[in-house]
Amino acid sequence: MATVELRFSALPEHVRTARLVAAAVARRAGVDEAVLDEVRLAVGEACTRAVGLHQSGGITAPVKVLLIEEEKQFSIEVGDEAPRSAPGDRAPGAAGGDLDAETEEDEMGLAVISGLVDDVEVTAGEHGGLIRMTWPTTPPAAVLP
Amino acid sequence: MDLSLSTETIGDRTIVRVGGEIDVYTAPKLREQLVELVNDGSFHLVVDMEGVDFLDSTGLGVLVGGLKRVRAHEGSLRLVCNQERILKIFRITGLTKVFPIHTSVEEAVAATD
Repeated sequence: MATVELRFSALPEHVRTARLVAAAVARRAGVDEAVLDEVRLAVGEACTRAVGLHQSGGITAPVKVLLIEEEKQFSIEVGDEAPRSAPGDRAPGAAGGDLDAETEEDEMGLAVISGLVDDVEVTAGEHGGLIRMTWPTTPPAAVLP
Repeated sequence: MDLSLSTETIGDRTIVRVGGEIDVYTAPKLREQLVELVNDGSFHLVVDMEGVDFLDSTGLGVLVGGLKRVRAHEGSLRLVCNQERILKIFRITGLTKVFPIHTSVEEAVAATD
């Protein structure tokens, strides 16, 4: 089960809240202070992308963020409910065509995420997409007997 | 924190001082400001990012949009930034090759291509 689960209406003003909550939980989970800026930025990018997909698709469902504390690692999953066809299954003529502004921003968001996070998984299917990002955590100092 | 914007003119350059967080919620305000300046005939912009606490790809998109607009009038858009965490975002997206980035407003104002 996720340590903290967050659901928010797909509105730009809530993305900041998601960033703040994610950074607070990451800090508590033992993610290195130096990496918290990256966590904040990456989760913001993932949420921004999800909000954009919900808004452009007219989807009223909330965006879902799971903050998962595990042994030696901390993961964030950002899920959207925007259906898309299987990856690589492009519409005829779409490949190599001009990207519109929205797609460009979407790509830039993903570029930032993959530039920041070493361990990232992006999946998408007919029921929506999921970005899972994982960071190592420093376990609390062992208590010697 | 919200976004704060103020402008100042030095010679033919217009300085746009930005403070706070530039994200999907606040970026439209910055976009409006840049569009307004270009529409009013300011084609040489210096965006001072020293007061920016947070910048994401939406903010980058707005800056790229601003650059496109001023270039259409043979203008320029220079950035002032010394913050490593902000500079990192320009580096990982390759935008350090697109924007001239300066360490001070004075340096940006004095710069010519």
